[in-house]
Amino acid sequence: MISLTDFLLVGALLFCTGIYMIVSKRNSIQVLIGIELMLNAAILNLVAFGKYDKLNNGGQVFALFAIVLAAATTAVALAIVLNVYRRYKTIDPDEIKNLRD
Amino acid sequence: MSFIAIGSALYAALSKNLVRSIFIFFVTLFALAGLYVMALADFVAVTQVVIYVGGILVLILFAFMLSGRETLNVIQQQKGKFVNMAKVPAVILAVLFLAVIVNIILKTDADNLPWVKQAIAQKNEIMPANSTIENIGVNLMTTYLLPFEAISVLLLMALVGAAHLSRKEGRA
Repeated sequence: MISLTDFLLVGALLFCTGIYMIVSKRNSIQVLIGIELMLNAAILNLVAFGKYDKLNNGGQVFALFAIVLAAATTAVALAIVLNVYRRYKTIDPDEIKNLRD
Repeated sequence: MSFIAIGSALYAALSKNLVRSIFIFFVTLFALAGLYVMALADFVAVTQVVIYVGGILVLILFAFMLSGRETLNVIQQQKGKFVNMAKVPAVILAVLFLAVIVNIILKTDADNLPWVKQAIAQKNEIMPANSTIENIGVNLMTTYLLPFEAISVLLLMALVGAAHLSRKEGRA
C-alpha cells in the first residue's frame, strides 16, 4: 500500500516543477502548463487525504471542484493569451509591459 | 507511476520545444490519473482524463496553433546553453521551496495524524473493494450542494467571459 507521505512527496515535487516553469519560462502557454502542474499537485494531495473520508467524500468532491476551476481558469487565460498575442505579436510575459495602450 | 509523472513533468519543464512540452504534459496528466486510481478515487481519475486531457489540452493546442508560427520561431531562437544564467534564480526558488515542503511533510508524519488514525479506527477509510461513485453523487447533491451551484455559476461566467475576450476587436 502506498503511504500518505509518498503521495505528499510526489505532490511537492510536482508543485516545485510548476513553480520553476512559471518563473523561468518565456512563453505564456508554458507558464499556463506550470500553473496546471501546481493545481494537479494540490488535487493529488486532496485525493490522497480524501481516502480517509468515506462518509463525506470531502477530499474527492473538492478535487472535482478544483478540476472544474482549473478548466474555467484555462479557458479564460487562453482567451487572454490570444488577445495579448493579437495586440503585441508576442506571448512572452517579460515583454508585455502595459495593460492597455 | 509516480516516477512517470515526475519524470514527464520535469521533461515538460526542461524541454525547449513548446509542442514537445505540451505533449509530454499529456503523459503527466495520464500518470496523475493513475495515481488517483491508486489513491482509490476512481471518479476523480475519470474526471481528470475527461476534463484535462479532453478539454484543457485541446484548448492549449488550439491556442498554440492560433497564435501562429512566429511564436515557434521566437522559441527556437532563444535556445542557448544548457544552464541558462537567467534560470538560476528560478531553480534556486524551486529547490528552496521543495526543501521547505519536504521538510514539513517529513516532520508532519502524515500517516500518524490523529484524525487519520481515528478514521482508520472507525472504518471510515475507503477500501479497494467498495465503490465510491454512488456516495459522491449523493454527497454532491446534499452536503456540497452550495459549492456545486457556486461552481456551476462560475463556470458559466468563465465561458461567457472567455467568449467575450476572444472575439474580434472592433465592437468591444
